[in-house]
Amino acid sequence: MNWRKLATASAITLAAASATQADEPVKIGMITTLSGPAGYLGQDIRDGFQLAIDAEGGTLGGVPVTMIVEDDALKPGNGRQIADRLLNNEGVKLFTGIVFSNVAGATLPDIIDNDAIYISPNAAPSNFAGSECHKNYFVVSWQNDSLHESAGQNATNLGYETAFVLAPNYQAGKDAIGGFKRFFKGEIVGEVYTRLDQTDFAAEMAQIRDAKPAVVFQFHPGGLGITFLRQYQQAGLLETTPMVVAEPSMDGVILNAVGEAAIGINVSSHWNADFDNEASKKFVAAWKEAYDRPITYYASQGYDTALAIASALKANGGNLDDLGPFREALRKADFQSVRGDFAFGPNQHPIQDWYALKVVAGEDGKPMLKTGERILEDHSDAYAAECSL
Amino acid sequence: MPISKLGRPFFALAVLAALIALPPVADAMGQPALTSMAARILIYGIAAASLNIVLGYGGMVSFGHAAFFGVGGYVVGILYAHHASGDPLFGFIPGSNQLLVTLPAAILVSGLAALVIGALSLRTSGVQFIMITLAFAQMLFFLFVSLKTYGGDDGLIIRRANEAPWLNMRDKQTVYYVCLAIAVAFFALLWRFVNSRFANVLMGLRQSERRMAAIGLPAYRYKLAAFVISGMGAGLAGALMANFLRFASPDMLHWTKSGELMVMVILGGVGTLFGPLAGAAVYIILESVLASWTEYWQLGVGIILLFVVLYTHGGVQALALRLAGRRP
Amino acid sequence: MTLFLEQLLNGLQFGVMLFLMAAGLTLIFGIMGIINLAHGSIYMVGAYAGALVITETDSFLLGIPAALVVAAIVGILMEVTVIRRLYRRDHLDQVLATFAIILILNQAITILFGRQPLFAAMPAGLGGSIELLPGLIYPVYRLAIIVVGLSVAAGLYLLINRTRIGMLVRAGSTNRDMVRALGVDIRMLYTIVFGLGALLAGLAGLMAGPILAVQVGMGEQILITTFVVVVIGGVGSIKGAFYASLIIGVVDTLLRAYLPGLLRQFMVGSEADALGAGVSSMGIYLLMALVLLARPKGLFVADS
Repeated sequence: MNWRKLATASAITLAAASATQADEPVKIGMITTLSGPAGYLGQDIRDGFQLAIDAEGGTLGGVPVTMIVEDDALKPGNGRQIADRLLNNEGVKLFTGIVFSNVAGATLPDIIDNDAIYISPNAAPSNFAGSECHKNYFVVSWQNDSLHESAGQNATNLGYETAFVLAPNYQAGKDAIGGFKRFFKGEIVGEVYTRLDQTDFAAEMAQIRDAKPAVVFQFHPGGLGITFLRQYQQAGLLETTPMVVAEPSMDGVILNAVGEAAIGINVSSHWNADFDNEASKKFVAAWKEAYDRPITYYASQGYDTALAIASALKANGGNLDDLGPFREALRKADFQSVRGDFAFGPNQHPIQDWYALKVVAGEDGKPMLKTGERILEDHSDAYAAECSL
Repeated sequence: MPISKLGRPFFALAVLAALIALPPVADAMGQPALTSMAARILIYGIAAASLNIVLGYGGMVSFGHAAFFGVGGYVVGILYAHHASGDPLFGFIPGSNQLLVTLPAAILVSGLAALVIGALSLRTSGVQFIMITLAFAQMLFFLFVSLKTYGGDDGLIIRRANEAPWLNMRDKQTVYYVCLAIAVAFFALLWRFVNSRFANVLMGLRQSERRMAAIGLPAYRYKLAAFVISGMGAGLAGALMANFLRFASPDMLHWTKSGELMVMVILGGVGTLFGPLAGAAVYIILESVLASWTEYWQLGVGIILLFVVLYTHGGVQALALRLAGRRP
Repeated sequence: MTLFLEQLLNGLQFGVMLFLMAAGLTLIFGIMGIINLAHGSIYMVGAYAGALVITETDSFLLGIPAALVVAAIVGILMEVTVIRRLYRRDHLDQVLATFAIILILNQAITILFGRQPLFAAMPAGLGGSIELLPGLIYPVYRLAIIVVGLSVAAGLYLLINRTRIGMLVRAGSTNRDMVRALGVDIRMLYTIVFGLGALLAGLAGLMAGPILAVQVGMGEQILITTFVVVVIGGVGSIKGAFYASLIIGVVDTLLRAYLPGLLRQFMVGSEADALGAGVSSMGIYLLMALVLLARPKGLFVADS
C-alpha cells in the first residue's frame, strides 16, 4: 500500500468514525400512513414515538436522534420509493413506522436485504413471521394473527357457542378470520367478506339478523370500524347480539366516535390506557399533556418502539456501522414496556400477555375501555416454530 | 420556425446525454436515489406517451389506461410467481423470469386487453367513452383484488427482477440503463408513428370523423388500432415498473393511477411527442420534492396542477416555449 | 322473504343517496358540459359542516342549514373561481382541474379538522328501529332517508317541469347555444345550477353523517358510483338519474348480499367468498358496460 492509498483509507476511516460520533444524530426513517382516512393511525404512531424522544430531550438511550417522517399514502409503491431514497441518499440504517401489511410487504425486503434494520410498530404479516423471518426484522407490536387469536379465545372464554364473522376482503382480513377460528371452539354460522371501500353495511346487518348467532366477531379498522359499529347499533343488533372484537376494531378514536353505543362490547388487547404499571402511567400522562385527542394503542406501539430502540442505542452507544451488537442488544428487549412483561421470541416477534377488555361507562359518563382478566399468557404466534434464526 | 426545428433535436440529444451520464454523476453527488427517480420518470413517460396516442393524437379520452399498465405489471408478476413455484399457468403455460420473454408477453397480453376493451368502448364517444373505459378498468381492478392466488389486495412480490442475457439485473444502475434503452427505442418508434400516414388519419379523425368517412376511411378500425397500440405501450411501461419495483399490486390499476397518467399528459402538453415525458418528470419531481418538505404535499400538487390547467394553455412544454419567447 | 324485503329497502335507501349526488352531477354535465370530479368533495364538505355543527350544538336541526349553506357556498365559489374558466375547454382540462380541486379540498380539510373521522349524532327520535311487517325490523333513520330522497326527487320534478328556471334548465340541456342566443343570462343560470347541485350533494353528505364515518376521502368513494349512475341514466337526464340510482342501489346491494352464498353452492367456501366479493364489486361496472353497449347514450336520453 503506497502512502496515497493509505491517506485515502485513513481519511475514509476518519469520516466513518466522525459520522458515528455522538454529535452526529442517528437517523431514524419513519415511513408511515399520514394521508387518507387511515391517516390517524400513522399520526398516532409518529406522535407516540416522538413523545419518547421528547421525554429524553431529543435523545434515545442518551444518543441524539433525528426522525425523518415520510407519508406513504397507503401505497406500497410509495413506501418502496421512500425506503430507497432514505437508504441510499440519507444513509438511514434504522426504519420503522409502517401501518399496513400491504405497504410492509412491498417495502420490507428492500430494507432488510440492504443491511438496515426495520422495527415494526404495527403491521406484522404472517409471511415474515415464519420461514421468511429475518435477523434485521423486529416486531414490537404483535403478529397480525395474535390480535384475532386473542379475540377467538375471549369468545370461547365467554362461553359463546355460535359466531358470525366479518372482515374486509384483503390479506389482513383473511388473517383475522383465520386467527379467530384458530382459538374459537364454537361453530361459525356465517362468514362474510366486506370491501375495504365499503360505506354501507346494511346488507350485512340483515344477514347477521337472519343467522341469529350467539356472538359477532368483526375486524374493521379505522373509519370502517366506526361505520360498522354505528350501523350495527342502528340496526338494533347491539341489544340482541353481543360483539367480540380485537383492538383494531375498537381503538380510542373509534370509541370516541361511537360513544355510548359501544358500551358492552368485548375487546381483547395487549395494552390499555388503564394499565397499572409505571411505564404506562408515565406514557398516558405525557400524552394527555402533549396532545388534545384520545390516546390509542397505535400511539403506545410507537412509544414502545422508541423505547426498544433506545435500549439498544444505549447498549452500543449509537454505533450503527456494525449492526451485530445493535441487534444483539435489541433482542434482549431491555426496556420497560407500557404493557408490562415483554420479550422477543425466536422470530423476533413479541411474547406478551393478552387481556379481555370491556367497554363500560366511565366515571365522567363517557364510555371507556376497562381491563379485565388475562386471556392468554406469554403468547407468541403460530409461525415462530417455522423460523430458524 | 426554423430555429426551433433545428433546436429540438439538439435539445433531445442533450437530454439523452444527461440521462446516460446520470447514474455516475448521481453517485458522485451522493444522491444515488436520483437514478431511481429518473427510472420512474422514464417508465411513467412511456405510459403517458402511450396514453397520449389516443388522448392527444386520436382525441379519445381514455380514463382507464391504468388497466393496461397494471395488466403489463401483473404479466411479469404472475409469470415470475409460476417460475418460482414451478407450476405452469393454467396447467400449460410455463412461468418465466427472462426479461426477453416477459416483456413481449406483457405487451401482447395488454394489447389483447386493449383490443377487447377498445372494440367495445369505441362504440360510444364523448363522456360515455370516458366512463366506459373507466368501467372496464374498474372491473379489472376488482378482478385482481379478488385473485387470492396472486396476493389479492396486498399485491404480488417479485423477489428478484427478471434476468436478461449478459446483464446483471440485480444492479439498480443496470435496471436504469435497460429502462433508458427501452425508452429511447420506444420514443424513436413513436416519432416514426407520429410522422406516419396512420397518425395523420388519426389526427384527421379527431378533427372531423365525418370528413374522413367521406374519403372512405374506416374510422372505427383506425381508432381501434390506435387504442391497441396505446394499450401495448402502457403494458410495456407496467412490465418495466413491475421489474423496477419488484412488485405488482392492484394499486397499479386504480382509477387514480389513470388520473395521474392523464395529469402527466396534460402537464407536459397534449398531442406532443415528448410532452408526456416532460409531464411525467414534472409530476414525479414535484411529488417527491413536496413530500420531503411537508406531509401536506398533496395541497401543493393540487394548487400547481390547477395553475397549469387554468393558465398555461398547453402544459409545461408550451409554458417553457412561451417563456423562451417563442409561440408554442 | 323478510330478509329479501329488507335487502330491497337497503338497496332503495342506497339508491336514494346516490340520486341526491347524481341529480346535481347530471345537471352540471348536461347543462354546462362540465365533468366535475370534485362533486364528491362537496359531499364531503357538507358532511363535515353538518357533523361539526351537530356535535357542537347537539342539534341536528341546526346541522341542516349549516351543511346546505356551506356546501352551496363552496360550490358557488368553486364555480366562480375555477369552473367558469373551463366551459370552453375540453373534457381533459376539466378532469385535471377538478382532480386538482379534490387534492386541495382533501388536504384543506385534513389541515383544518385533523385526520380522525367525525361522527354526527342521530336526530332525536329517529335512532331506533321499527317493525314494518312481522319480522321485518328496519332503522327509522334509513326510512327517513328514503322519504327525504323521494321528496327531493318529486321537488326536482316540479322545479324542472313547472318553473321558469326549470324551463331554462331543460332548454339548456338540449341546446345550450340556443338558450344563449335567446339572451338568457347564461352565467347566472350556470351558477344557479352549480349551486343547486352542490346543495343536493351537501344534503347527501349531511344525511350520511349519522350512518357513515365522516372522513377525508369519503367523496371519492361515492363519486365513481355516482358517475356510473349518471352515465347509465343518460347524461343530463334527471329522470334517468333517478331510475339509474334505484337500479344501481338495488343491484349492488342484492349482489353483495346474495352472490357469495350463491357461489358457495358449487365452490369451496373461502374461494367463493373472495370471488363473490370481487364479482359483486364489478357488478355495477358490468351493468354500465352492458347498458352502454346496448344504448351508447344511456337509458333515458331524448334523441336530439
